[in-house]
Amino acid sequence: MKFLDEYRDSAAARKLANVIARTVTRPWTIMEVCGGQTHTIVKYGIDRVLPDCVELVHGPGCPVCVTSLEMIDRAHAIAARPDVTFCSFGDMLRVPGSHGDLLQLKSRGSDVRVVYSPLDAVQLAAANPNRQVVFFAIGFETTAPPNAMAVWMAKKRKLTNFSVLVSHVLVPPAMTAILESPRNRVQGFLGPGHVCTVMGCGEYGPIAERYRVPIVITGFEPLDLLEGVLRTVTQLEDGRYEVENQYSRAVPPKGNRQSLDLIGDVFEVCDRKWRGIGSIPLSGYRLRDDYREYDAERRFDVDRIETEESPRCISGEVLRGLKKPHDCPAFGQDCTPQNPLGATMVSSEGACAAYFAYGRHLEVIRRQTPALSATDG
Amino acid sequence: MCLGIPGKVVETYREHDVLMGKVAFGGVFKRVCLEHVPDVAIGEYVLVHVGFALNRIDEAEARRVFEFLNEMDQLQELEEVPP
Repeated sequence: MKFLDEYRDSAAARKLANVIARTVTRPWTIMEVCGGQTHTIVKYGIDRVLPDCVELVHGPGCPVCVTSLEMIDRAHAIAARPDVTFCSFGDMLRVPGSHGDLLQLKSRGSDVRVVYSPLDAVQLAAANPNRQVVFFAIGFETTAPPNAMAVWMAKKRKLTNFSVLVSHVLVPPAMTAILESPRNRVQGFLGPGHVCTVMGCGEYGPIAERYRVPIVITGFEPLDLLEGVLRTVTQLEDGRYEVENQYSRAVPPKGNRQSLDLIGDVFEVCDRKWRGIGSIPLSGYRLRDDYREYDAERRFDVDRIETEESPRCISGEVLRGLKKPHDCPAFGQDCTPQNPLGATMVSSEGACAAYFAYGRHLEVIRRQTPALSATDG
Repeated sequence: MCLGIPGKVVETYREHDVLMGKVAFGGVFKRVCLEHVPDVAIGEYVLVHVGFALNRIDEAEARRVFEFLNEMDQLQELEEVPP
């Protein structure tokens, strides 16, 4: 497909890897912010064609992973109601809450559905006036325009049986929280391409300046990631810390005006709790008062939530780039995509799930059982 | 989650006063909201996320990395790095 296949060309990728190898003289640690980028890196082995001294650590940019346990439990409480048709993106259905996941709820007879788009949930509400249709509006800035559009359309069409459970998160405050940590080891960022398609690049200049880190807004295909790494290490080697836009084919510097206007109309910035990380000030969106009648938290009384997190899961440290999936004793053994202990094993963009999908748990097992690797040819 | 797929706009129409379209992804067609790319023309590529076009794709910018690689080729900078 155009704009995809050419960015997966292996000869061009090898050339870029060679230029990176010639550029680097010292060890550097770079974080890719987005879960989609993590997925590409592990799928294509981008981290393994880089020089040993360039380490990629995986960031918090998987909204499924960082949606708080309280919010998952709130989704459960709403979805369990007999009058509710609960709609969500597919990944959210298997995220473990305190009392199981949404898929288990569905198997017990609740009306839980996967939708491709929030706009499909609006259609469902219009077609089923006797049901309360609730959409689980999660996501980073990328998903804010379609989610805002769903609410805006519901209001315009005067639908009284549609509401959203909003758990939106924002990238720049999460990057700041990582950089503020005394244990931080990130020296440069591959910035979130599709977030910037909506928001533009303007929010990242002050972060690069304040923390003296290069930020290269990067796309999601193998050549994008390699070029992003090249531009980041070039800045690091030169002692520069600027915002660059590798993904200019999809990221206009000022983002999308229409989207920014709609987001501003429907949402306002609020404090948000991130799973595994904790509360980050001004790091999320909630509905503005003008749209409060579409807020599922207000429509259904679901405040009394007591949560219980698995004590064995290290996803918080994985999400902050402090640990890698194979640092966890449960990884690939007691914790698998079929039976996840925590959120980073659920979404295909979670670092643990990506490592598992591309066989990296087998390397851990081989290391632990030398006899196996000796016989495996 | 922030997955965005480039697709080619093959048809546009209005539905409940919102700009919608039929977008081709290889051989697969999807219904996509085009309200935030109001000037898009048939045949242009848009970046689609959860049934919603986030922006148009800039063809000139899309060629840039390949132009960079060609320049590097001309400088003969790209032979294998000696071990």
